[in-house]
Order: sequence, then C-alpha cells, then structure tokens
Amino acid sequence: MIEVEKLTKIYQMGGQQVPALAGVDFRIEKGEFVAIMGPSGSGKSTLMNLLGCLDLPTSGIYRLENLNIQDLNPNQLADVRNHRIGFVFQSFNLLPRASALENTELPLLYGRVPKSKEIALKALERVGLAHRAKHNPTELSGGERQRVAIARALVNRPAIILADEPTGNLDSATGKEIMDLFQELNQESVTLILVTHEQEVAQQTKRVIHMKDGKIIADTSNGVESC
Amino acid sequence: MLIWVLFKMALRSLVTHKLRTFLTALGIIIGVASVISMISIGEGARNQTQSTISKFGTNIITIKPGQQKSRHVTTGKVDTLTLDDANFVKENIPLITGVAAQVYRSAQLKFENKNTNTTVRGTGASYARLANFEMDRGRYFNAEEIRSAKRICVVGSTVLKNLFENRNPLGKTIKVDGKNFLVIGTTVSKGALSWFDPDDQIFIPITTAQKRVFGMDHVQSIDVQAGKIEDLEIIIEDITRVLRQKHDIAEDKDDDFYVQNSAQFLRSWEDSAKTFTYLLGGIAAISLMVGGIGIMNIMLVSVTERTREIGIRKAIGAKKKEILEQFLIESVLISFLGGGIGVLVGIGISRVVSGLGDWETVVSTQSILLAFGFSVAIGVFFGFYPANKAANLNPIDALRYE
Repeated sequence: MIEVEKLTKIYQMGGQQVPALAGVDFRIEKGEFVAIMGPSGSGKSTLMNLLGCLDLPTSGIYRLENLNIQDLNPNQLADVRNHRIGFVFQSFNLLPRASALENTELPLLYGRVPKSKEIALKALERVGLAHRAKHNPTELSGGERQRVAIARALVNRPAIILADEPTGNLDSATGKEIMDLFQELNQESVTLILVTHEQEVAQQTKRVIHMKDGKIIADTSNGVESC
Repeated sequence: MLIWVLFKMALRSLVTHKLRTFLTALGIIIGVASVISMISIGEGARNQTQSTISKFGTNIITIKPGQQKSRHVTTGKVDTLTLDDANFVKENIPLITGVAAQVYRSAQLKFENKNTNTTVRGTGASYARLANFEMDRGRYFNAEEIRSAKRICVVGSTVLKNLFENRNPLGKTIKVDGKNFLVIGTTVSKGALSWFDPDDQIFIPITTAQKRVFGMDHVQSIDVQAGKIEDLEIIIEDITRVLRQKHDIAEDKDDDFYVQNSAQFLRSWEDSAKTFTYLLGGIAAISLMVGGIGIMNIMLVSVTERTREIGIRKAIGAKKKEILEQFLIESVLISFLGGGIGVLVGIGISRVVSGLGDWETVVSTQSILLAFGFSVAIGVFFGFYPANKAANLNPIDALRYE
C-alpha cells in the first residue's frame, strides 16, 4: 500500500541546508492504524506532508498503491490527493461559509463524481451528523466540526486517511469520541495514519512509529518492539 | 457542474461582503454609465445635425458675393454676382444638374387686415426642386413667368398660418411692401430649425424681386446642385475657375465671391464630433481602468484573507486551474454586476438629459454591448493577477497561514 525508501527532505533556509527528513524507510499495509510520534522538529510533519502529496521529497522513493509519487507533476498530485488521500487537520480546516454537506461534497466536486450530494450525505450519516447537514461550521461544536472533516476525508473512499493531531483542539471526552470513530473506520478496513504527541492517543492505534531528528528511532506494534 | 458550484460560492462571498462588493463595482458602474450616456448624447446630437443638414440637401453648393474671411465673416463688395453669372455657371459646368440664383430680404406682407413680417425670396423656377420644397397647393412659377417678371408668389406654411389662418390662399392677392401679388401656390412645411424657420418665407420670381420690389440687379446667392456628391470638389474648383474667368480676375487677385457647401460643414462638424467622442471615450476608458484597478486591489485582499481556504481546497484535490477559475469568476462577477448597473444608470442619465434639455439621445445596442464587453474584459484582465497568485500558493504554507 505505502512503500517509503530512503526518503529525504532538505529545506533551504538562508543559504543553509536543513535536513528535515534524513532517509526514512517503512511500509504500511492496507488496513493498518499507525501513529507517528516524536518531539517537534523530529520531521513528523514533513513526513505527513510528503505522505499527503502536499510536497515532494528531495530524494528517495514514495510509492502509494504502485504510483511513484516523486515522479508526478502538480496536477497529478492534485488528483492523487483528491482520489487516494483524506486529510483530517487539528484545526478542522472547514470552509466557514459552506454548510457541513457542502464541505463534505467538495472533494467529490473537484473529482467530478456524479451524485455528489447523495454520497456526501451518506458520509455525514456515517459520522452521525446527517441531521446537521445544513449547518455552517460556526454553528457546530468542535467535535461536530471534526466529524464533518472526517466525513470529508472519507467521502472519496481514499486509500489512506492522514490525521494531523486530530484531537489536539478537542477536550478529552470529545477527543475520545473522535478516536472511537477512527477505531470503527479502521475496523471497516480504512487505512489510518495519525500524527500525535499524546501517548493515550497513540496507544489506541495498532502501530507506533517514533521519530527523532528526521529519522525513525522506533517502530512498535501493539506496544511490542518489532524491529 | 463544478463551474456552477464555483459560481455559487463566488456569489455567496460577494453577498457576504455586500458593501465591499458595491464599492469595488462602483468604479466599473461609473465608467460604464459614462460610456453609455456620453455615447448616447453624442449619437443624438449627430442624428439631429445630420437630419438638419439633409433637409437642405448635402449636394448643394452655394456661391456668395464678396470674400469669406475667417469665421464666415463676409467682406468686400456684395454686388459682384448677377443672374448672368448663374447662367454662365450652368452652361459651362456639365457636372451640375441645377442652378438657382436668389435675392432675399425681409418685407412687410399684408392680406385684408392681417400683417406679417417675413423673408421674401426671389428665385428661379428650379429653386423649389433644389431646396427640397414640395408643393402643397397650386404650383411654383415657371420660366415664362420669370421672364415676364410676373407679380405672383408661393407662400410657406408659417406665412399661410399667420396671414391666411390656413385657409386656401390660391387666387387671393396679398401686398408685399405695398405691391399686389397673386398667390399661386403653397409649400409643404419642412419644420422649423433652432436658428431659422424655412417655412416663414414667400417665394417670388427673381426678376420681379430685382426690378419691382428690391430694386437691384445683382443676386445675393447662387445655389448649385451637384449631380453626384462625389463630384462636389471638382465642381467647386470648376465654379471658381469659370467665375474668375468671367469676372476677369487677375492671377494675383483674390476671388470676389466664395463657394460653400453643406457637406463641408457636415464633414467639419463630424470631425469635431469625432474628436469629442475620442475625448469622452478616453475619459470613460480611464474610469474603467481605475475601476479595474479597484477590482484588482480588492481581489488581492480577498486572496490574502482566504489563503487558508485556498490551502484547504488544494489539500482536498483542487488543481491550479480550478483555483484560478474560482477567483476569476469572482472578479468577472463583480465587473459584470458593475457593467449591468452601469448600463442601467447610463440609460437613466441619457433619459434625464433628453428629458431636461431639448436634446435627442440615442442609446445604441452597440454602445451597451461595447461597455458591457469592456467591463467583463476588465474583470478578467485585472482579476487574473490575483487569481493567479491564489492558484500558485503552496498548499502547505497556505494551510499554515493564520
């Protein structure tokens, strides 16, 4: 599903080369639920950006469902983001002037998928928010907003869902609800990768990748060292 | 499908910022309204002048005695033209189809107990045809009556009203400066112009006028009709040559007559109208330009404000082209809106102008399409830079933007 080989990312900062990712290798199979952990500056956000096809690596190989991502042009990357990747952000990132339904529908519109309204409504149903479909994000609670964001991430049936600190802006009870939802989705064989620095959140996943200084320092499964 | 959604979203964002949208469109509104109203006023003035000039016929060349100095001031002797000159011109220039010499003066008319002051014009038999006068009742005088200097007259419709209260005047006798004239015809009204009323005159044979009324042997003007309007320039040259020859004017002396033509007047008027139109067009173009810059300014602000939105859209799969389209739709929508309101305001202004003054205005479909098309082009042109800026944003930076 996901294959990463010697992935590096080097940023130019005022004439200096800053390696944010210094050669990372791993595989993630379909149906996995992976947490990426690490202190700030460890390169986990950079890795998320690369996995989400928002950015291209400096060198190395990133294969997503047999597509060589590093060889794609911006339009092809946009297509990959649209069809194969769902994003869930810490700050929800919903369009403020669009209803929950319209927010959920948006990836389908860019993907030119027919019957987009019905599909979007189904996705909202899946996250338990069909009754709030006509409401704008400002009329929704934090947890509801994140559910809309998850519905939006789900709606195109992506290969993976990438969640960047999805519970970071939520209280613990709501955070737990969101994590429960992720668990349910994972049981329906949705592949999930989430970035977090909360140990409790990471414990609810099947696999945890620890990062430091742009490298993977540990890759554990169900809390047991695997390599 | 997607375009429709983008359109709806653009509309929604414009409606959310109503005041801002209106102020942004205001530049375009003013520009388009000024284009429409100025063109309509210019068109109207042109129509009016053209119809005025064509009443006299544009193929008529007028020869007058004396010299024409600048600004239509005539100097020199005024008795240099005679009936002989008129005949000479007629016989020697084959391109002309008619010649009508005239004398005219204001005179007192009297019928029964009614008096009126009007222009008495002594003319040849072909004058009615040359000057586009149609007969209402009776007939115009003929060559025989001119030769024998008969005391007969044809009256214009204004005189008919003033003197006869529109009753049939044929066979009646009126007094012109105390002398009896028999009315043999009336002319169809041409309608008054702002500076003179062609219906407020009577026509008598030119010989009668010279010998029996005014006591003069020269003529005051000779109208020459050109067969074809393209021949005007040649005919004017021919007239000058023929008359200089007849008047024995030495090479180094000036003409003792001058030649003028309504087509020349029309042309010089059209030249100045064109200059005026360019000027107005320039002003309108500048205001549209300023309006366009206003749109660009606001769109740049809008792109900055919505950086995060752009990032979200890109993250979920919007292509560069689709972001570009979204912002272009918005700027074109603003200018379209401005153009639409501008057209209405422009039509309103020209209505008011034609209502207030005695001024004809013509709102042409062309000018509406032009102004409308131009404003949409402005929207695309000035919207492109901000839209392109939006489309080129890096999704990661855009998503992080606070």
